[in-house]
Amino acid sequence: MNIIVCIKQTFDTEARIVLENDAVKEDGVQFILNPYDEYAVEEAITLKEATGGMVTVVTVGPARVEEAIRTALAMGADEAIHVADEAAFGDEVTVSEVLAAVIKGRPYDLIIAGNQAVDDGSGQVAVRVAELLGIPHISTVTKLEINGGEVIAERDAEGDTEIVSAPLPALVTAQQGLNEPRYPSLIGIRKASKKPLTKMTVAELGLDAQAIASRVSVVALFLPAAKGAGRVLEGDTAARAQTLFHELRQTSKVL
Amino acid sequence: MIRNVLVVADLRGDQLRNVSFEALGAARTIADGGVVAALLIGRGVAGLAASLRAQGADQVYVADGEEFGQYVPEHYAAAVEQAIETFSPQAVLFAHSAIGRDVAPMVAARHKAGQASDVIQMELAGADVLFTRPVYAGKAFVKVKIAGDLIVATIRPNNLAAHEETGATGNVAQLPVRFSESVPTQVREVLKKAVAGVDLSEAKIIVSGGRGVKSEEGFAPLRELAAVLGAAVGASRGACDAGYCDYSMQIGQTGKVVTPDLYIACGISGAIQHLAGMSNSKVIVAINKDPEAPIFKVADYGIVGDLFEVVPALTEEARKLFA
Repeated sequence: MNIIVCIKQTFDTEARIVLENDAVKEDGVQFILNPYDEYAVEEAITLKEATGGMVTVVTVGPARVEEAIRTALAMGADEAIHVADEAAFGDEVTVSEVLAAVIKGRPYDLIIAGNQAVDDGSGQVAVRVAELLGIPHISTVTKLEINGGEVIAERDAEGDTEIVSAPLPALVTAQQGLNEPRYPSLIGIRKASKKPLTKMTVAELGLDAQAIASRVSVVALFLPAAKGAGRVLEGDTAARAQTLFHELRQTSKVL
Repeated sequence: MIRNVLVVADLRGDQLRNVSFEALGAARTIADGGVVAALLIGRGVAGLAASLRAQGADQVYVADGEEFGQYVPEHYAAAVEQAIETFSPQAVLFAHSAIGRDVAPMVAARHKAGQASDVIQMELAGADVLFTRPVYAGKAFVKVKIAGDLIVATIRPNNLAAHEETGATGNVAQLPVRFSESVPTQVREVLKKAVAGVDLSEAKIIVSGGRGVKSEEGFAPLRELAAVLGAAVGASRGACDAGYCDYSMQIGQTGKVVTPDLYIACGISGAIQHLAGMSNSKVIVAINKDPEAPIFKVADYGIVGDLFEVVPALTEEARKLFA
């Protein structure tokens, strides 16, 4: 089975967000493989271990995203394609067009991606890629199985579980709980440095940078209004309960 | 700038969710004098069209049929496409619900349209619409504008003002949706676990339990407090993972994102993934044994103590209040 995994490098979820010159400061920030993409990589590797084949990871981003690529390769992915071309750095339209162009030229049975990136939380790119490739998709998957020429998945739909199937080739997006991503082993890390990592440009992909340019532009970026320090209530339990409801009624007026 | 806006109504079972009317309110603002239409998709839902018409929709399109009884991506996307073809909107608004999040990017991709996801504010700025949305798990916000002939957005419930009731009638049309006999995706089975009661994403008050609840039975005092307050009951991922409650109650980055007026967090430590789901609540109350728990950093009011002691005391006080 040939499996393609779309990955993204994101800020660590614990990162403190600091704004400088109308942008989020990257200095001193720890970058990670998007946690939802970790589930995707893990699932792809598990499937490959069971059925044979290849796992290819594809990503768009600047030079620093190589670290996330190496993590995926160290976990067990076989090769990677990195579009480091600035013309590919854009909104969800741009990135999905680029990923689709990379994938279109390759043999694949299944595409797996995380269902959202923890930095922008927009959750669009993977589904867009499926549409651009003209293949079915199943999102927010918590379990998946390949049976003959189809994927059968359990998907999380606001608490209900839907059991959904689609013929291959198809795309699925990983929800938390799909699996427990493995930690790369030392051997895996060593092997990763020798695995093929191909760089591609937007031009090489036959794309017109203008045609795929971002539709979305940022007009303002701001932090939430600093909350006044919360009040830790004092006194015995009954007293605190009384104070709390007094405050909720009279001060915050939410009751 | 005048624009026609299509709102894809969001349902919970056979009821319209409030977010549908919030989307109509936002649609009216950005239509800037243009026409606002609603699309209703489902089975046996035609009767709901009247309330959309009476609260913001100048026109309602109904895609009511067997194929829409269960959500199948290709079917719902086809209905939206048919509405776009019929109505020619410049903007399409969805709820940021499970269905909205899945269908919106399908539609956006087909039109190479930009999309703003999980929008909490929409406003006009000259000829543009500005969408405000959270990023970095709600640690920051961006205001964006979208270029192009079609703009798409998904709307977070409980943040925008619902359209006022106008009492208008008429202008409801059945939409003929065409798609091939059998679409690739098939839903084999649905295991319904979602609990009845107040919809978390629309609740004004939520009482939520974390690992500190310690067991399934541990939720009982929280449910009692919720009953007195008329609140919904939620949970952190930790509590769900530990088997204390069903995942349908989960609030957080991978669960539901909620914006209640009051969020009471009981035995929840305040991991970033949980905060991403509730940090925008108007007022946050935290109850936790551990004074260092991160939840206290976002709480407006904190009570350090055993939730099994504190929550019943709150319930007693609440009963007096609502007596």
